[in-house]
Amino acid sequence: MTTASTIDRPVRQYDFGTMWLLVFPATALLLAFLVIPTALVVVLSFTDYELGKEGLRYIGITNYSDMLADRVFWQSVRNTALYVALVVPGSIFIALAVALLIERRSVLARFYKVAFFLPVTATLVAMATVWEFILHPSIGLANHLLSVLRIDPIRFLSDPDWAIVSLAAIGIWQSIGFNMVLFLAGLSSIPKEIDEAAALDGAAGGIDRFMIVTWPLLGPTTLFVTITTAINAMRVFESVAVITQGGPNKATEVILYSIYLEAFQYFRTGYASALTVVFLLVTVSLIILQMRLADRKVHY
Amino acid sequence: MIDINDGAIDARGLVKQFGGHRVVGPVDLSVRPGEFLTLVGPSGCGKSTLLRLIAGLETASEGSISIAGRTVTDDPPKERDVAMVFQNYALYPHLTVAQNMAVPLRMRRLSLPQRLPFVGSLLPRSAATLAEIDHDVEQVAKSLGIAQLLSRKPAQLSGGQRQRVALGRAIVRKPRVFLLDEPLSNLDAQLRVQMRSELVQLHRRLQVTLIYVTHDQAEAMTMSNRIAVMFAGNILQIGTPEAVYDDPDHLKVASFISNPGLNTMPFAAIANTQLGRQIGAIVSGSAECTVAFRPEACTAVSSADQTDLSGRVIFCERFGAEAFAHIAVDYLEHPIIARIEPAHATRLTCEQLVRVNLDISKLFLFGPDGLRLRPRRRAAA
Repeated sequence: MTTASTIDRPVRQYDFGTMWLLVFPATALLLAFLVIPTALVVVLSFTDYELGKEGLRYIGITNYSDMLADRVFWQSVRNTALYVALVVPGSIFIALAVALLIERRSVLARFYKVAFFLPVTATLVAMATVWEFILHPSIGLANHLLSVLRIDPIRFLSDPDWAIVSLAAIGIWQSIGFNMVLFLAGLSSIPKEIDEAAALDGAAGGIDRFMIVTWPLLGPTTLFVTITTAINAMRVFESVAVITQGGPNKATEVILYSIYLEAFQYFRTGYASALTVVFLLVTVSLIILQMRLADRKVHY
Repeated sequence: MIDINDGAIDARGLVKQFGGHRVVGPVDLSVRPGEFLTLVGPSGCGKSTLLRLIAGLETASEGSISIAGRTVTDDPPKERDVAMVFQNYALYPHLTVAQNMAVPLRMRRLSLPQRLPFVGSLLPRSAATLAEIDHDVEQVAKSLGIAQLLSRKPAQLSGGQRQRVALGRAIVRKPRVFLLDEPLSNLDAQLRVQMRSELVQLHRRLQVTLIYVTHDQAEAMTMSNRIAVMFAGNILQIGTPEAVYDDPDHLKVASFISNPGLNTMPFAAIANTQLGRQIGAIVSGSAECTVAFRPEACTAVSSADQTDLSGRVIFCERFGAEAFAHIAVDYLEHPIIARIEPAHATRLTCEQLVRVNLDISKLFLFGPDGLRLRPRRRAAA
């Protein structure tokens, strides 16, 4: 085939056979694992289907209205929101501080990067068991350290006020490493000259330099980190399932754990589907929000 | 518009090493208050590093720097009262032109709490200071012809406009010393020539000490009061553009400040010619000396007669107002470049035999170490 014929060929003479063949693998996988299951969940959410039960009945929005009237559902929404509200700022600001400290180091920088990143690679189910021991009310390391500081022991996991905070601390510990790596990448993309220009302009101190250069130029990174951390925090499950099972007294019941209970403990698949649809809508709207913001505000 | 600041700069025995490798020095440099001094040299000669040492962006390994009589060797950039324009302008991309230019003023005129976002502007006296800053920024923007751009972001500006904003940010706080690191190299050729003259006028108006780094000999020659030619981390010669051009101290200086190039030949190659004997009579040149002359020190005349410097034309360069002929001489490794009348150039053809007429008074001799051998000074000594 010559170059001329490629250019001269009319646009509509596509080779549709080849086209479909090339698109088929990706399309099939998307349909099989994403589109069809999602559609089924949406359909099931309007039925009274229970796992293992034969036959199902269309019940309209009953599942949804039940959900809105369910005290446990609202409890799990509140718990999830509190968990996200603690993990997102905690994880972001600690990760940013760690990244800033590591970036300035010449010695041991690599060691610190690995050390902070290790929790990301660890299996959370196993790590959750370790945390359970650390936070154990009588034999745990955490209360032992508090006793050294003459602070009364705290029932980290069995006190309803503390349980979600303790889980959030584990969530922060687990997500710092990943966010730190993202912030380090963001920091390394800040042109050195802008830092130097700021130094000559008189922004000598850390606060001024941070306010004029680092924080604004990290804007896109920070937005991305915020949204991914928020989405990940909303999906909290392992630590709840392993350590508290939603207790004490539903103080750590979160949305994903509710879905799990409804679907696989009580086999109320229809109701669990409705919960999943709501969860999916919240996640998707967060992603859309990120894309909107990324286009508008943080790009300069 | 701006007072004459005492912006004398004095560097003594300044050395900068990176990992045991010496990139600058030892350099001794005195810049007079209000002077336009250009650091010129090939890339990698250490001129930018020397500028960064003066700015305080690098710390000296040895030696000292003083600005306006005060030793600043170990001071951070902020305390040196210097402003700098970077090659790629280094504007804050998220700030408007006005905000960019206001940064140095905010840093100096507002206290730390006043600089904080939101609360800062509510503190006593903030409003008055902010109004002053706005006023000063506007004045400078007007003087640079960028007043209509104040609300734009750097990404919405052309290269030349960004250049002006960078200049504005540097001059708005009236520094003692103004440092420019290859500021014109990112502009297109036409704008570069225009900015050259604007920079010279700006310097004349502001009367600040200005150190300008460039690898472009045309910028160095046309703009500066004095130029310092750097090679391999050292200043080989410093003087007025005329002095450096007419009376170079070193072979590298002469060949760098030459357009289109410096003609050089080993003295040994011409020692037995009449030209060689003439030169030998003036200076006791050894065989390892280098004879050098600029294209304008000689001209090519069409002639079939064989003389000391006869050869064939291999190439004619015409620049409109001037023209150069490249002439291959049998016993010389490199062709001789001679300036010829443009009208002449059309008559010279390739392979034509020509004679090079050389003005022997405009000839330089350099020793084996590259240093200039000066006949008169030797006679005086």
